[in-house]
Amino acid sequence: MLRLVQNTPPPVALRLDDVGLCRGGRMVLDGLSLDVPAQGITAIMGPNGAGKSLSLRIMAGLIAPEAGTCTHDLSGKQDIALVFQKPVLLRRTVRANLAHALAIYGVPRAKRKARIADLLDFGRLGAIADSPARALSGGEQQRVAMVRALAAKPKLLLLDEPTASLDPQATDAIETLIRDTAAAGAAIVLVTHDRGQATRLADHIRFMHRGQLVEAAPAAQFMLAQKSPEAQAYLSGHLLL
Amino acid sequence: MQGFGDAFAAAFALIVGFDADLVEIVALSLRVTLSAVFIACLIGFPLGAALAVGRFPLRGMLTILVNALMGLPPVVVGLGVYLMLSRAGPLGVLNLLYTPTAMIIAQAILVTPIVAALTRQIVADLDTEYHETLRSMGAGRGARMATLLWDGRFALMTAALAGLGRALAEVGAVMIVGGNIDHVTRVMTTAIALETSKGELATALGLGIVLMVLSIALNALLMGAKATSERMAHA
Repeated sequence: MLRLVQNTPPPVALRLDDVGLCRGGRMVLDGLSLDVPAQGITAIMGPNGAGKSLSLRIMAGLIAPEAGTCTHDLSGKQDIALVFQKPVLLRRTVRANLAHALAIYGVPRAKRKARIADLLDFGRLGAIADSPARALSGGEQQRVAMVRALAAKPKLLLLDEPTASLDPQATDAIETLIRDTAAAGAAIVLVTHDRGQATRLADHIRFMHRGQLVEAAPAAQFMLAQKSPEAQAYLSGHLLL
Repeated sequence: MQGFGDAFAAAFALIVGFDADLVEIVALSLRVTLSAVFIACLIGFPLGAALAVGRFPLRGMLTILVNALMGLPPVVVGLGVYLMLSRAGPLGVLNLLYTPTAMIIAQAILVTPIVAALTRQIVADLDTEYHETLRSMGAGRGARMATLLWDGRFALMTAALAGLGRALAEVGAVMIVGGNIDHVTRVMTTAIALETSKGELATALGLGIVLMVLSIALNALLMGAKATSERMAHA
């Protein structure tokens, strides 16, 4: 019996189409077209200045593109959450940071206590729940920032180099949290410079250079053989100018 | 005219002996000043935060005005409040002139621009740090203002302290609207002015010493509370 296998692309959570952005008289995003699959972890890779973080801010709605469009079906303002490279936590305890986020997200007061307990449990933050958030280590602060973002139950979680300058233990804890979040059904976009991290976590790769998408591929395929000379040079450790 | 040493000795005797008149004047001074600063903070904190975070017409003009009003001459405020509260004034029916309430109103008007202008700067600085995070969370302006005011609470104590210093040392406005009436509206600064003009240096010095000690003690208390709270919150 002949079976027809339909090779349909995965559903898309968000799409940037021909996006342009100018900063300081220079086009930092120049006709960027990129889609984010609705499932799994999508790593955006590329050298410094490629426009990765800016594209993430456009996805989060923090910056409006000067050209092109950012489209998605995520209607609620809390459906997309962003975690920054350097987390900014409030001058309160971890628990109070989560309570503040839940209040912003409109969670009724009566339900907050239980939600906070769930979030602390999910992020393995129970032991430091009542510690001042800004006194925590960098890794712990980043975990709090991630869990705070998850308080909104986002369908798309954007992570801007969440493990930059963290030690291996802290990196492992963050990566575990990322895997758990993806397993819970959220689509994740992860900006990273770390080839190892992309190999460990990503299902899809989007490689950017000079404000444009240079290559898009499943992660396993990309790590084995890159099609573009830019990605080949980058992963070989050459400087991309 | 007493000698300098005699005046000091008599002043210390008044303080140590808890002179009834002295205690009454000190108590009224504290009541008026702390009430005025409390009201100024109630108005100045949200006003300063709105100037820092809000986007509305004339915001720039209002900011300049609030900054300029930090140097408002107390006698001008006293005159303005006097005209408002005098029998012929629009608020004359309230019969507030020459009462502690009138003094509180005048001092609150003096202190509010100081609290508001310092709050604006503190909140604007904090907003630079929090802006993207709060926007990414979808926080509206009201929620942003509330968050910034709460997280800037230790720095805002400095704004309140500046207001307290201004109110505690102020004499012109309370003299005009209070009238310096014995047992009714006499506070430390107006009493010092009066006793000095009468040549009663002991009482004037005693009040002056109490005023200085109170000012230092209140500042030390608030600074201590600020430092302790900051340590606890690692802010």
